[in-house]
Amino acid sequence: MSTSSESKHPALADHFIDLKQQYDSAQLGMWSFLLTEVMMFGGLFMCYIVARSQFLEAFVDASHHLSIGLGGFNTIVLIVSSLTMAMAVHSASEGHQKKTFKFLLGTLFLGAVFLGVKYIEYSAKIEHNNIPGDNFEWHGVANPANVELFFGLYFVMTGLHAAHMIIGGGLLIWLMVLNHKGRFSKEFSTPVELVGLYWHFVDIVWIFLFPLLYLIGRHSA
Amino acid sequence: MSNDTSSPKVNYLNNDYSIKSWLLTVDHKRIAILYLIAISFFFLVGGLMAVLFRFELATPQGDLVSAETYNKLFTMHGMVMVFFFLIPSVPAVLGNFLLPLMIGAKDVAFPRLNLASWYIYMLGGTLTIFAAISGGIDTGWTFYTPYSSTYANTAVVTAGIAVFITGFSSILTGLNFLVTIHKLRAPGLTWSRLPLFVWAHYATSIIMLLGTPVLAITVALLAVERGLGFGIFDPNLGGDPVLFQHLFWFYSHPAVYIMILPSMGVISEIVAAFCRKRVFGYTFVAASSLAIAVIGFFVWGHHLFLSSQSVFAGMVFSFLSYIVAVPSAIKVFNWTATMFRGSISWETPMLYVLGFIGLFSIGGLTGLFLANLAVDVHLHDTYFVVAHFHYVMVGGVIMGYMGGLHYYWPKITGRMYNEFWAKISFLLIFVGFNLTFLPQFVLGQLGMPRRYYFYDAEWQTLNVLSSAGASVLGIGYLLPVIYFLYSLKNGKIASQNPWGAKGLEWEVADTPPDPHNFHEIPVVTEEAYAYAKEAH
Repeated sequence: MSTSSESKHPALADHFIDLKQQYDSAQLGMWSFLLTEVMMFGGLFMCYIVARSQFLEAFVDASHHLSIGLGGFNTIVLIVSSLTMAMAVHSASEGHQKKTFKFLLGTLFLGAVFLGVKYIEYSAKIEHNNIPGDNFEWHGVANPANVELFFGLYFVMTGLHAAHMIIGGGLLIWLMVLNHKGRFSKEFSTPVELVGLYWHFVDIVWIFLFPLLYLIGRHSA
Repeated sequence: MSNDTSSPKVNYLNNDYSIKSWLLTVDHKRIAILYLIAISFFFLVGGLMAVLFRFELATPQGDLVSAETYNKLFTMHGMVMVFFFLIPSVPAVLGNFLLPLMIGAKDVAFPRLNLASWYIYMLGGTLTIFAAISGGIDTGWTFYTPYSSTYANTAVVTAGIAVFITGFSSILTGLNFLVTIHKLRAPGLTWSRLPLFVWAHYATSIIMLLGTPVLAITVALLAVERGLGFGIFDPNLGGDPVLFQHLFWFYSHPAVYIMILPSMGVISEIVAAFCRKRVFGYTFVAASSLAIAVIGFFVWGHHLFLSSQSVFAGMVFSFLSYIVAVPSAIKVFNWTATMFRGSISWETPMLYVLGFIGLFSIGGLTGLFLANLAVDVHLHDTYFVVAHFHYVMVGGVIMGYMGGLHYYWPKITGRMYNEFWAKISFLLIFVGFNLTFLPQFVLGQLGMPRRYYFYDAEWQTLNVLSSAGASVLGIGYLLPVIYFLYSLKNGKIASQNPWGAKGLEWEVADTPPDPHNFHEIPVVTEEAYAYAKEAH
């Protein structure tokens, strides 16, 4: 362990010996948290796998009614936002305050675009009464009850993902405030890095959701 | 180290007396006290419910409470005891207090998250109380679908949200412990020198991190299904109720190890201190904690032997359930071997160790009966199961928790409890416990189903014994409240190391500890439990 500076860094908490120990702890903490997220989404994916294997026909039928165009567009938006996030992490660690701001803002913007597109998709589903519940309607070939199950999973999975996006947006705003106050430097930019990890994780979840919900159904048909 | 000062030194208790300094504290020791108070309250609530339905069961007919109330009572008893007492008991109270002290750290890695976990716990607890008074919940603590999702007309959603929220308090505790143990150990404190209490909490935190999120998403799905009528678990809508059972037990069986592992850690500490010996087979005891954490994730299917699970899956889960008993047995044998030729002293904490070993052994061995496919057909959902898991939960977890509370009481408060009353209390708990639950093994074997409001008259004698035992047990648990509280003002002032125990928490940190734990960061040069070697 290296004691880098004689005077205490303002970002160093009392109970850590040095910034390195603090950084390592924060990193391990974030990765552990992401592990819990994997388990949480994992439970949902498990439900999806079970339901799909039982009602393949209904899942294929229903997935044809999702818009590949919008979903594909959103996939690209998220991947680009991961790039801007990575750039934000890099420029924060270099101590470039202005660049960091630009990249954080760009990431936030792309996140908002994603949620906007999601809103359009959800609205279409609501219009066609594809929301599970008493008013559910289905005019396709498959058993409506099983299609309802697909849309239930669709809304829970993408809804939970969207909730993570909204939280991510809040975190980005928090980072922009800290960045504005000049908290990040070459020695300390841990919060940006941690939010970066979180943002990439949320991105990766979508990378799994998109093919599961939108794509593989078409292929089986 | 101070032993002569008449004016008390600054410690974590007397450095600030304001309410704010408690409610906004980030000191792991104070957070442990906050948890202790909250957990004791929920233990009392859950305990009173048990007393109430044990009174009901004193007669074969239903006469004290209505059938609906009875269902709500046993459900709330299970829910409160599991989520608000057993799971947080040892980790959140003793673990919070001791982990940083044992590893020579100033605090846990994320002190503010630690405080947040307490507030989240309190929010979940408040919601549970709210659920109890706004209609209660009658599904059993297992929330089985489709009853819970479709048919029950009680506060299922509120209770589900409460469990969901409380889960995050558990996740935060686990995350904090994991990082603290990895990153905040004092110089020289290698993994092979860690106290076994720390190893046990390490294993526990892994289960908390991996298991709890699955429970969270499961109860969230249940709430969505109930609220929106989307049928992932409802057979009428194409869903699968057995899927719920799989997901539920994927967390809830490992949760049993979240409860028992920390208590096992306490037992290892006490047995070494009161036998004046290094724990026999240290490496095996440490590794067995990890083995339990890992294998514990692959046994959940033994709850589904009679739930349309395939015979092959049943055989695999049965086999794995036998395997998971091995590391527990290793611990029991090693504690016993530690006592062999140790110079044992018989203060209350040691009595709890003996209680733990005996009762946990019965609880564990009867678990093997239930892991057996054919025998389980007869015993499933009978009082045999109830007796089995109470021997593990109460006879194991709470024995360890009580032993730990007595052992560390001087460290936490700076005062000694009354040894005489503590022994009386132990005796009442031990006798009361066995009187309550031994008859239930017999009842289950005779075929009395669990969760029933009335029963055949021929079973009354055994039920009366059980109810009588519950009363004795209740008194046994009330006594410590009295003598612990009494000791706060009137107890003998504890010396720095009243038990003459090894470990940073006893030998280096003040009693009670300084707000920052250590005046300077300790350097560790010896293995854990380095009591003087005995001649053989």
